[in-house]
Amino acid sequence: MTGTYLGMPSFPRAAEASTRDARLRANLRRATGTIRAKRDRAVAELDDWERLRAAGAAVKDRTLRHLDHYLVQLEESVTRAGGTVHWAADAAEANRIVTGLVLATGEREVVKVKSMATQETGLNGALAAAGIRAYETDLAELIVQLGDDLPSHILVPAIHRNRSEIRDIFRSRMADWGLPAPEGLTDSPADLAEAARLHLREKFLRAKVAVSGANFAVAETGTLVVVESEGNGRMCLTLPETLISVVGIEKVVPTWRDLEIFLQLLPRSSTAERMNPYTSMWAGTTDGDGPRAFHLVLLDNGRTDTLADTTGRRALRCIRCSACLNVCPVYERAGGHAYGSPYPGPIGAVLTPQLRGLASPLEESLPFASSLCGACFEACPVAIDIPEILVHLRERVAEGGPVTIRGTRTVIRPAKRHGAERAVMAAAGWALDHPRALRRGQRLLARTRGLHPRRLPGPGRAWSDTRDLPDVPPESFRDWWARTRGGTGRAGGTS
Amino acid sequence: MRVGLFVTCVNDTLYPRTGRAVVTLLERLGVRVDFPAEQSCCGQPLFNTGYRHRTEPLLRRYAAAFSDHDYIVTPSGSCAAMVRDNYPRIAAKAAAEGRGGAVPEAVTEAAARTYELTEFLVDVLGVTDVGARYPHTVTYHPTCHGLRVLGLGDRPRRLLEHVEGLELRELPGAEECCGFGGTFAVKNPAVSAAMGADKARAVTATGARTLCTVDNSCLMHLGGILAREGSPVRPVHIAEILAGAEDDPEPPHGTARGGGAR
Repeated sequence: MTGTYLGMPSFPRAAEASTRDARLRANLRRATGTIRAKRDRAVAELDDWERLRAAGAAVKDRTLRHLDHYLVQLEESVTRAGGTVHWAADAAEANRIVTGLVLATGEREVVKVKSMATQETGLNGALAAAGIRAYETDLAELIVQLGDDLPSHILVPAIHRNRSEIRDIFRSRMADWGLPAPEGLTDSPADLAEAARLHLREKFLRAKVAVSGANFAVAETGTLVVVESEGNGRMCLTLPETLISVVGIEKVVPTWRDLEIFLQLLPRSSTAERMNPYTSMWAGTTDGDGPRAFHLVLLDNGRTDTLADTTGRRALRCIRCSACLNVCPVYERAGGHAYGSPYPGPIGAVLTPQLRGLASPLEESLPFASSLCGACFEACPVAIDIPEILVHLRERVAEGGPVTIRGTRTVIRPAKRHGAERAVMAAAGWALDHPRALRRGQRLLARTRGLHPRRLPGPGRAWSDTRDLPDVPPESFRDWWARTRGGTGRAGGTS
Repeated sequence: MRVGLFVTCVNDTLYPRTGRAVVTLLERLGVRVDFPAEQSCCGQPLFNTGYRHRTEPLLRRYAAAFSDHDYIVTPSGSCAAMVRDNYPRIAAKAAAEGRGGAVPEAVTEAAARTYELTEFLVDVLGVTDVGARYPHTVTYHPTCHGLRVLGLGDRPRRLLEHVEGLELRELPGAEECCGFGGTFAVKNPAVSAAMGADKARAVTATGARTLCTVDNSCLMHLGGILAREGSPVRPVHIAEILAGAEDDPEPPHGTARGGGAR
């Protein structure tokens, strides 16, 4: 089975190690740089991109505001089309439902379509515990699974691996999971793809049960939509007898007309394509075509709680395109694993602490894992102001405040580890509001300028380990102004 | 036209040269500059670290200090963005939470009168040639809040292009963040330093002698890295370049650390 997210260190601690990994840095620089340039070109082709973005945001906001209505409509539509709808309040319930459905078929194997929701719930681990083997069929997810690794990117889960690492993983691990890698496998992309194709083909033809997620669920018709590039998803969605789709409740869109907006926004933002190669759509079951049984598991797992926060809820607009990861300078240096969740990068930094709550030092650190440069907001196809949500969540960590936990409104206290910082900020806030005190501080700093060390002790080392300190000038601007223009008497710093 | 200089706490304390340069520049352009001493910090370090409530007195202070100015000019893209983008939000939240009284209107109104220096020059004064001379090679890094929040666009570049003797060198990857990010620099030092090192490398590779931005906070970070690496590039705020009518009257900050004083 693949790794686990339990007990992950805080973001700064994880990044301290990952920023020193030269190979990881090189892999990410090359990959994100390439995708970024392609996306810029794909987006620039549309002269109504900003209007599309605004429309996408508006549809998502309206749907989220009336989510209760659209979810019930979706359930009715799916049921009418021959599917069965299950409601899962959290990850454990979703995993219990899926495990039960698989066991009921008598099968002990499932093939999987790339799915963020089942990464979020840790489904593969739960299935393994019940004696069911789950085979990832997305190429990058396969690499992650074979490497006993964790995904580090939403769209390209193995972005942290280069070709030669992938060849080594295929050679050493494919035999443990099924068809071994061909003799003399090279690291050419065509060879690697062929090895994966042969390995997976055997599984597609044998599998009786498939598990998927979905990019969208259309309420009016009960249609589920999976958007992909490889065609492996379509194999899983059409060949097996039973299909189980685990879908976050925020994935619902009201109508097919709404879909039109997102099918333009998503491919250009994620793979920089005008249209993705495979778009699979299905509603319930159809005689003589595709799976005989279809189950939709609607997953909450913190989404309703997130919805209760009028600022934070905008993160639920996310369509998992990963444009924000690809433009993020922090993601590029720290890598996806440092975010400690299947949702890395800027969107992960706002989604994970909300879905899980500020439950551990990791979740508390994520809102601070950003320089607030705004590149994510600029790239987001549904215009999520990620910097605004980051600062909003920082406030929850630093000052506490109202949150909703499992449907109950409560007020959380400031995070324990921020005590010293809070004292410093309180003192700074006071001094800044008392210019006379501020001026005394400036003068003290100026008088002692000959004594300032080049490197600071204690927490100040975070700055001076890599950066020289600025020189302190002999006279502040304020004092200069008072000395040269201060005739009015206003420059005296009265407060 | 009554123009109030919002110098910002970083410039007031660490880079008074920049404040003096703004005064020199604006007066040369015929603008009378006022410096209300009641002003303080915009509160961005507090707000961006999560201490929204602690920033509220600073909003009120700002609105009061600049209540009778037609324009508030500041040599910082980041602080201008804090005032213009966040002040109305913070004030509205304070009002919604039952604090603030009539202050939200005053704050929002003061925010609307706030201009970053290059915006004020180009949009209000309508000048791109400010009569400056700076006979050096310069590379320009557009800082994030100026670029993405204020939308400064090519205003700083247009001003630099008109400076006599100035040779502008393109900075590859210019729009990528330098890694400063306020308290981010100390809360996530490894990532901040990695971003800064990449930016510093790109800056040095341009061969320019001067690195110019509209924000001294980013220059403090990049200048600190450049100095630690022994790079010959000097960080200089755009106001100091635009104020320069002669060759440098005094050595720019970030160099000449005063010999054996330490």
